[in-house]
Amino acid sequence: MSPTAVRPVRIIVAKVGLDGHDRGVKVVARALRDAGYEVIYTGLRQTPEMVVDAALQEDAQVIGLSIHSGAHMTLFPAVVRELKHRKATDIVVFGGGIIPDDDIAALKKQGVEQLFTPGTPLQEIVDWLRQRFPDEKR
Amino acid sequence: MKVRARDPKQAWTEDFESSPVRDDGIETSTISGVPLKPLYTSNDFPATRTEELPGQFPYTRGIHPSGYRGRLWTMRQFSGFATAEETNRRYKYLLANGQTGLSVAFDMPTLMGQDSDAPTSRGEIGHCGVAIDSLADMETLFDGIPLGEITTSMTINSPAAILLCMYIAVAEEQGVPASVLGGTLQNDILKEFIAQKEFIFPPAPSMRLVVDSIEYCAKEVPKWNTISISGYHIREAGSTAAQELAFTLADGMAYVDACVERGMRIDDFAPRLSFFFDAHIDFFEEIAKFRAARRIWARWMRERYGAQDERSLKLRFHTQTAGVSLTAQQPELNIARTAIEALAAVLGGTQSLHTNAMDEVLALPTDKSARIALRTQQLLAYESGVANTVDPLGGSYFIEALTDEMERQAETYFKQIEDLGGVIPAIEASFFQKEIADSAFRYQSELEQKRRIMIGVNDFTVDEEVPIDILRIDPKLESEQVARVREVRRRRDQARCSNALTSLRKAAAGKDNLMPYILEAVRAYATEGEIMNTLIEVFGIYTERAVV
Repeated sequence: MSPTAVRPVRIIVAKVGLDGHDRGVKVVARALRDAGYEVIYTGLRQTPEMVVDAALQEDAQVIGLSIHSGAHMTLFPAVVRELKHRKATDIVVFGGGIIPDDDIAALKKQGVEQLFTPGTPLQEIVDWLRQRFPDEKR
Repeated sequence: MKVRARDPKQAWTEDFESSPVRDDGIETSTISGVPLKPLYTSNDFPATRTEELPGQFPYTRGIHPSGYRGRLWTMRQFSGFATAEETNRRYKYLLANGQTGLSVAFDMPTLMGQDSDAPTSRGEIGHCGVAIDSLADMETLFDGIPLGEITTSMTINSPAAILLCMYIAVAEEQGVPASVLGGTLQNDILKEFIAQKEFIFPPAPSMRLVVDSIEYCAKEVPKWNTISISGYHIREAGSTAAQELAFTLADGMAYVDACVERGMRIDDFAPRLSFFFDAHIDFFEEIAKFRAARRIWARWMRERYGAQDERSLKLRFHTQTAGVSLTAQQPELNIARTAIEALAAVLGGTQSLHTNAMDEVLALPTDKSARIALRTQQLLAYESGVANTVDPLGGSYFIEALTDEMERQAETYFKQIEDLGGVIPAIEASFFQKEIADSAFRYQSELEQKRRIMIGVNDFTVDEEVPIDILRIDPKLESEQVARVREVRRRRDQARCSNALTSLRKAAAGKDNLMPYILEAVRAYATEGEIMNTLIEVFGIYTERAVV
């Protein structure tokens, strides 16, 4: 198959961790879909392994993670590690949820490219993706 | 010159229409999208409303004739974090500062019925509540707190029966009989399927556990509120006020149906059903919602279920201010938001109230922010004068019309749910889930278009570092809690524990009320995860179809 330029950017959005607060993830998933991306929502309580499995299976370029339980420092880096382990580091990881500033800095160091906190306009997430994947068809 | 007398209402309409109105693009409908008129008059006021009084059917104006003159609402701050020991210290702090009831927040592994040493508990322990693995942790949590003298609310659902049994067992150890225990168990599994998604078992066995606990408490723990039928999570997940009202009351009726089907008499259990609503920022709409809830429940209980006991008709509710209305930006503003929301709850006649702390959108509240939140309630109760008059907004043209509108919208939803075959079939058809996701998306779009304003988020923003201190959970806690549960498993009477679990498994496969079996397992220091896994062997687990 020819490279990604002929198809839209495909994004896996996933709820990791034990909490079931899915308002944010669903709103973001809809907004990304409306912006022309291909969005696959995994549902709740995905382990890092399940998320990476889904991303590889669906040939996704991006993984968006959502969490509200406070376990982001454990689970977000675990997704990045799993991607390294599966030699899929070209997949971009971003995240959202209730994440304090200090943790954002630490997570970025560990390979989570971007983090969005409560109150972020949806357009900001879309703009970030457009900048990150400027040449893709939408 | 002679001026022709104009009809005053007609004159107002003409004057209004010729007056300039603000043209800022901001919605004038309620936050839930109910269109509002600029003015309400006696034309909007049905004559029947004038006859409603507090303490009288249908209780629109309140369930007590004396309102807060008789008794103030219970100030019940939801809290729990880290270990049982640390949470016990926070409880003693809150009680010393004038709080009048406890409310336990459990961490995610506890809410999901798994022990701290389960692989998927990693990173989650003690973060959004206290970690409870066994009776040993519960003993620590309530150490030095006399359970016969306070009331406790426990926010837990799938494993609710287990935590209630732990509470009963701790009380026993303190010499307090179950018959005098007061408090509330959330125990509302339907709204988990609908909104908060902390389900474990499929709907049918989940409902069995709820009915088991209601039936058991009716006999053994008669002062306990066996269920807190919750709109809070439905609203926080994005519903409108009318959806919160309708879906919550529909859930309530589904529980009543299930208990009646079990063979219970309505008046034997209905007085212990309680409710839990959100107080959002749209002030008048919230007050109308609370008033409509009481009226609808009273009518349905009397007309559909034939309840005779007046207590069965009275909808009692707890309120929490809206977590989703808080902003991470300029977080001090959350104190003002919470005060407005708390005032709506009080004017709506709530029985108990939790006010959010300003930093809850960032992390767990600190001692100071938790105290400010509690002081906000004390300010309403003792300083503002709002508690001096019963249902002070009763008779307001606007409030009464909005109350009627809420009721009308709820009845429309009841009809839709009935057409789908009831609450559980509607859950399985993703009806509620879609309705809520649609509302959440609509609201977010309105924010993006600035048709709704959130101060500090899409208007009146400032560039600032948020200087608030936030409470962090020490990562060491995780390994300590894991060690603690393993120690409990090592030291208990193994034979008693495994016998208790075997009996529970057999009972789960049959029809017995499971409460006595769970209580014995808890007393034998079986862990929460072991008890849940025993039940999962029989009941299986539920997986949701993911809809966006």
